Amino acid sequence: MWFASPADVRERLSAVDYLSDASIATSVFLAGALGKPLLAEGPAGVGKTQLAKAVAAATGAQLVRLQCYEGLDEARALYEWNYKKQLLRIQAGSDRDWDATHDDIFTEEFLLERPLLRAIRSEVPTVLLIDEIDKADVEVEGLLLEILSDYQVTIPELGTISAVRKPYVVLTSNATRELSEALKRRCLYLHLEYPTPERERDIVLAQVPTIEAGLAEQLARTVATMRTLELKKAPSIAETIDWANTLLALGRTELDEATIGATLGVVLKHASDQTRARKELAL
Amino acid sequence: MSLLDRHIGFVHALREAGLPVSLAEGLDAARALQVIDLSERDSLRAAYASTLVKRPSHRPGFDVLFDLWFPASTSGLYDPRQEGGSHAPDLDLEAAPLPELRDRLARLLLGAEGMNEFARAMVERFGRQPAGPGRQNWFSYSVMRALSPETLMARLLAEVLAGQERGGLAEKVARQRINENTRRFEEAVSTDVRRRIAEDSGIERIARSAVRPPLEQLDFLRITKADLARLRREVHPLARRLAARLTVKHRLGHRGRLDFRRTVRASLSSGGVPLNTFNKPRRPHKPELVVLCDTSDSVASFAHFTLLLTYALREQFTKVRAFGFVDTVDEITRFFVPGADVVEAMTRLTQEADMVRFGRTNYGHALEEFAERYGDAIGPKTSLLILGDARSNYQPPALETLRRLSAGARHAYWLNPEPTAQWDTGDSLATAYGGIVPMHECRNVAQLAAFIEELA
Ligand SMILES: Nc1ncnc2c1ncn2[C@@H]1O[C@H](COP(=O)(O)OP(=O)(O)OP(=O)(O)O)[C@@H](O)[C@H]1O
Ligand SMILES: [Mg+2]
Repeated sequence: MWFASPADVRERLSAVDYLSDASIATSVFLAGALGKPLLAEGPAGVGKTQLAKAVAAATGAQLVRLQCYEGLDEARALYEWNYKKQLLRIQAGSDRDWDATHDDIFTEEFLLERPLLRAIRSEVPTVLLIDEIDKADVEVEGLLLEILSDYQVTIPELGTISAVRKPYVVLTSNATRELSEALKRRCLYLHLEYPTPERERDIVLAQVPTIEAGLAEQLARTVATMRTLELKKAPSIAETIDWANTLLALGRTELDEATIGATLGVVLKHASDQTRARKELAL
Repeated sequence: MSLLDRHIGFVHALREAGLPVSLAEGLDAARALQVIDLSERDSLRAAYASTLVKRPSHRPGFDVLFDLWFPASTSGLYDPRQEGGSHAPDLDLEAAPLPELRDRLARLLLGAEGMNEFARAMVERFGRQPAGPGRQNWFSYSVMRALSPETLMARLLAEVLAGQERGGLAEKVARQRINENTRRFEEAVSTDVRRRIAEDSGIERIARSAVRPPLEQLDFLRITKADLARLRREVHPLARRLAARLTVKHRLGHRGRLDFRRTVRASLSSGGVPLNTFNKPRRPHKPELVVLCDTSDSVASFAHFTLLLTYALREQFTKVRAFGFVDTVDEITRFFVPGADVVEAMTRLTQEADMVRFGRTNYGHALEEFAERYGDAIGPKTSLLILGDARSNYQPPALETLRRLSAGARHAYWLNPEPTAQWDTGDSLATAYGGIVPMHECRNVAQLAAFIEELA
């Protein structure tokens, strides 16, 4: 049992400084209660990765992370034989017969465990974070589908390994490509968007405890206004937090036009976005 | 209605509205209902959403239907004084004079609690219109006309800004908040109006007319300005995918071809045993893209969308050149310099580019002009993408010219925003052009995405 109820999720996540809302809390609860993977999708910096970390921290589980990238393959995601070590063993035992050597080198000792296998074999409660799945090639989804349906892995030389206890699985995606229908069907879906100004203010207060509530509120509202502009890259929660830290470091307590103008680079990373914001917000 | 009936009816309505809810997902939702507290409506909504809705574009339709099948209140059962009471004990929403109601709305637009209860009471008071003996109709507009939230803006701004300078950031921020809350109020009113219509004449009837098709199924030729703004966000992922599809990868295993020399060289240090193998990096070949886009009025919203796509494509290709035409052609690449502002680029483009001679679309002339002036843009590495409805006002088509252009390119594709059934009717040259450059119906984002997926 991961969580007792959505309310329990809210409480325990906020104890590790992750502020949720009804939809986050309910999906996180259901993923545990129904034993289904949770797919969190949304723009950069809205707390997808942090959500998985927070679930692990709140439940005292081990976090195993598979970072996806273009070209990620089974050998990096699941397991690989330690070819180097095997060669050395073959050389060292060159007088022994091949069958014995073969049995010898396809054993645990020569197995390189990768995140998926590690999560499946883990004996302690584990949160498996499959981060940025949209960056991986489509074939990786096939592999995940297999593993996420029965939580077991067959290694031809070793046999089938089944999960001792099902990991809590979180997949994240920036939606740079459409994930396969099959994978989506298997998962619970959580669309993470930019938070309401009220929740963002609370996030800032949680992450930057020394900031004044009034300033946090101003920050949240200003960022919300910026997000309505037609920008290349809208500011994320991560940027709001950076901004809060910057203002503290500069000793500012008010967010007036001059202050915003001087620190705009912290929230808006593209020159064209900065130009646009200066114009639209009359900075 | 029992919970089971309600569940089944709701899932059915979602499917009717175009959401692809599978049997397994329906069962997931049913299992979810067994473990959550059904009296918590937010949780119930979230439980359904996370099991059944797997695309953000399906969410608005889902919410409309959820509010119909699981209404927040039932007429007759609900007592406005009791529910609204916690927020404004002194105000009798059924009898209070209009100015007091507007005061209350003003508070709500600044963020006070109790928006939904207030909206329900206002629909009760202002939304009803008699429709024949014993029958009534419900309308949002009569509620909005009575309370007129937009006329509260000036007063609210004056109050919030209290002496601060006007026109600056503070005003922007305040406006944004008030507009957002006004939108929420309108939504709450519409939701309650739909609920009452459903009570009077059945959920199914209203459900069908209340749900707009999801964004990716909206017809390009009938798109509104607001839709375009939303579509803008869809464009970047599409562009990335299109680029990935047109990029020829050397797919020799995931890690590329074995680098034999490096492997052998490295093995010398381990007595000739290749302990480490080296692979050549995969070297994707980035194609060049030429986009030729009909920008005439008949396809204006499609053109707008494809120009957005072109803009996004610039980031994905080593070289993109874009050309727009009505009856003559102009290179419009310059409006899309990296880092340029999309909105500005679009405005400048329509004002400054020279794409019109007499004003009526002429594909033949545009193609010939293109071949003559920019023919060298196309080479063996180029993908040529033509976007337009192939309607040429009965002018000579210049098929030979198109044949030459397409033969010189690596690939050529034509995307046509008209339904296939209308091709070749009237002045459409779809089949004639489509015989030279493969033509695909591309009426909405879903079809564009499908086209991209099929490219290989
Ligand atoms: N709900 C939240 N409560 C507290 N902090 C949050 C919350 N959401 C986001 N944050 C903060 O925002 C930062 C960025 O979040 P995170 O890295 O998880 O984003 P992401 O969605 O994974 O982005 P990317 O797509 O770029 O990986 C986190 O480090 C955290 O500090
Ligand atoms: Mg992340």
